[in-house]
Amino acid sequence: MSTVLKKQDVPGGDVAVRVEGIGKRFPGVIANHDVTFDIRSGTIHAIVGENGAGKSTLMKILYGVQPPDSGTIELNGVPTKLKSPSDAIAAGVGMVFQHFQLADNLTVLENVVLGDERRHGIGNKARARIRELSAAYGFGLDPDELVQSLGVGKRQRVEILKVLYRGARIIILDEPTAVLVPQEVDALFANLRGLRDEGHTIVFISHKLDEVRSIADEITVIRRGTTVATVDPATVTSRQLAELMVGSELPSPSTEESTVTDRVTLSLENVSVADVSGREVLSGIDLTVHAGEVLGIAGVEGNGQTELVEAIIGMLKLSSGTITLYTTAPQDKSGNGAGGSADGPAREGARLAHDMTNLSTRRRRELGIGVIPEDRHRHGVLLDSPLWENRILGFQTRRPCGSGGWISRGGASRDSVRIIEEYDVRTPGIATTARALSGGNQQKFIVGREMSGDPSLLIAAHPTRGVDVGAQAAIWDHIRRARREGLAVVLISADLDELIGLSDTIKVLLRGRLVGTFDPQQVTSEQLGTAMTGAGGAE
Amino acid sequence: MRVVQKLLLGLAAPVLALLIAGALASILLAATGADVGAFWETLLKWPEPRNRVNIINSAAILYLSGVAAAVGFRMNLFNIGVEGQYRIGAFVAAVVAGQAFLPGALNTVFAILMAMVAGALWAGIAAVLRVTRGVSEVIATIMLNSIAGLLVGYLIKKVGVRTGNSISTKEIPESSWVSGIPAVPDAGGAEIYGLALLAVVVGIAYYVVITYTRFGFDVRATGASESAAVASGVNVKKMIIISMLISGAIAGLIGMPVLFGQAHNYGSSFQVGIGFSGIAVALLGRNNPAGIAAGALIFAFLSEQGNRLNILVGISPEIVSVTQGIIVLAVVIAYTLVRRYRRRLEQAAVASQLAPPTAGTDGKDGGPGQDPGDGPGNGPDAGPGDGPDLAKSPREEPVK
Repeated sequence: MSTVLKKQDVPGGDVAVRVEGIGKRFPGVIANHDVTFDIRSGTIHAIVGENGAGKSTLMKILYGVQPPDSGTIELNGVPTKLKSPSDAIAAGVGMVFQHFQLADNLTVLENVVLGDERRHGIGNKARARIRELSAAYGFGLDPDELVQSLGVGKRQRVEILKVLYRGARIIILDEPTAVLVPQEVDALFANLRGLRDEGHTIVFISHKLDEVRSIADEITVIRRGTTVATVDPATVTSRQLAELMVGSELPSPSTEESTVTDRVTLSLENVSVADVSGREVLSGIDLTVHAGEVLGIAGVEGNGQTELVEAIIGMLKLSSGTITLYTTAPQDKSGNGAGGSADGPAREGARLAHDMTNLSTRRRRELGIGVIPEDRHRHGVLLDSPLWENRILGFQTRRPCGSGGWISRGGASRDSVRIIEEYDVRTPGIATTARALSGGNQQKFIVGREMSGDPSLLIAAHPTRGVDVGAQAAIWDHIRRARREGLAVVLISADLDELIGLSDTIKVLLRGRLVGTFDPQQVTSEQLGTAMTGAGGAE
Repeated sequence: MRVVQKLLLGLAAPVLALLIAGALASILLAATGADVGAFWETLLKWPEPRNRVNIINSAAILYLSGVAAAVGFRMNLFNIGVEGQYRIGAFVAAVVAGQAFLPGALNTVFAILMAMVAGALWAGIAAVLRVTRGVSEVIATIMLNSIAGLLVGYLIKKVGVRTGNSISTKEIPESSWVSGIPAVPDAGGAEIYGLALLAVVVGIAYYVVITYTRFGFDVRATGASESAAVASGVNVKKMIIISMLISGAIAGLIGMPVLFGQAHNYGSSFQVGIGFSGIAVALLGRNNPAGIAAGALIFAFLSEQGNRLNILVGISPEIVSVTQGIIVLAVVIAYTLVRRYRRRLEQAAVASQLAPPTAGTDGKDGGPGQDPGDGPGNGPDAGPGDGPDLAKSPREEPVK
């Protein structure tokens, strides 16, 4: 793919950073391939892309945390091999991480000089230098103030100051606005413009399109691990950017016959969830999923997808609302035969309604919810346990893995063999640890496991993220087959192609609210992109 | 073949650790000018029958302590408070048994149960603090150790009986004593504590629960990955409380063999420090029921043999404690090395087994990953020309 929009003249001159043909692969995943772009000195250059598009790997390569497998990096015209962050610092590259790396109980001065004590010492010389830098860029930082007494915006300035103190001329900021409130964002942008005017080069990583358009001199878009375009923010619209980010060539929608039934399987009514600080991360979610339906949830990451999944499976407490699961009459899938508990199930025709709002995660899973988690290493497998033990995970109480307080090693082992065969998991055997398998094979095993035990509902969060192409196709097939067999599926994905290709209905999640419902047969990428980014009537 | 390899790898770590520890101890001895040869000769000499009894007795006690620590370790819960729970348990049992509310053996059983309850409750304080307030159980249990020592000291003064210079709880009636097992011949009257059998019972129960029960699986899953355990439906808070209670209850048993088999009261001379040795023993045995037994025997053997060093070759027995410490450190290092090696072997096995058949439709390469922390590569070739492949939509794939 080539540059879609012509670059305009932008301030600044020579190329500060030239990245050519950078590729980086991890076992089973291509993080970056053929990444090529120039950043001109004295400009603010934004890099945008969905989470998982490869931005952070690229930044780690630029900051020397990981070496690229292929390609070259030139800094100010000199080919440079960065072997470690100290190389990068020596070459004048600094990085401000999204999660601050500050010691709360130390002062600004102590935080800044920490690890670089030789430059100006730790005393008055360093203090003077910090005052000088702070005054030059309007940071308003007192070197002797304790970091714990600073607000988020000021802490971020301390991070930037740390980088400047080390003499960086090229400053990479990873999602710097993610943690800021709007006023702080304005202040940050003013600081960044100040830095640029002093001749610094700023690399600004984000997926917030409006912000990027307001601050950047140039924007490079990354999609699926590679650069797809470098555009001028003055002439590009948020819609066009969204389209570049999520892909514009949308496939033809489903030609398969719809298998959606009128039997409701999952219903959420007015579900809200608040985070620890009381801010609502999900507000007033109403949705229903029918048997045989795939409900796609679109949205830029961080808009409540994770919370939605965790609310449905009971890892997060609701602040209001109810969640109900409907199963076919005779099925209470608890292996221990506990049967009707105090809170249900109430009969409703041939279906049983289970009010899950206050049930534990285990009870919910026993009722027939399968989960393909977003982060399989954290939530899907025990990396250092053999596959047969991983088969038990989430099925501790259910046959064939266990019953009545006991674990059935034989049952779990036999069923693992079945999964390995049916789902084409490539492994020497069931005694192999999950860690030894590639991402795709781990994921196929998880899909096989979660489809076991005849679930009523499958929650698939980014089911094909980080897996190879073969496994991706296989997982898509399994989801389609499950849907034909009457499973209700909630599909969350950052990949619009995947959503449009698999879903029967697409809902868009923005800032914790469902802001639109689309028919994948009709929807255009523009419409979805607009809804996802909230670019709305602005354009 | 694979079984043999597995067994060898399993033994490699502890053997390696013992060798490293032995070498370091020898260097230490040589540096202080001691007779290294005599040291090893004395230490490794097959013990006399009386010493063998002592070794078995202290191994049994260490085993209980090791299992108490291991229950927590299995789910990354660091109960450093076994020592305190042991003392509280032993003290409570001594007081209860001394009061003799029940006759004979019933009194014994009741007192043992009370020891378990007391140990569990003492551990439970740390568990509740962790679950409700997020206080690290490491800190809480260390503090509780200190409090336990002071509290027991205070209570003994309150309820104890003074005999000469020492003060202790009221003696347990003889009908409630547990007689020894004269299993070793020619031991000169030395007998194995009757309640050393508690170690066997606890060991078997620990093995069965950890290996075959849902609770044991939940414990192991939580230890392996708390986030994955939570997602699978494990109530981690509940698990923390239950495991700490179990750990504390077992800790409460540690003092029982000596209390009912030898001391018959709890006084200022009651042995201290076993709770800490138990942590080392659990580490040495990698929380494995058989491993802990081996660790307990090694520690007991070294301690017992070390007693003779001073008399026979004039080496301070403290060198044995140093050696024990080195062993634990060496074990940690050796296990890490062996685990890495095993992981590499496994990945090589996966790669070699998968390489030929997978090179086909999907362009998989099946080669081993470079990073030992990751699985073998199984992805498509990362050529620049792969763009269209990656961009393939779900609908373009044939439906099987």
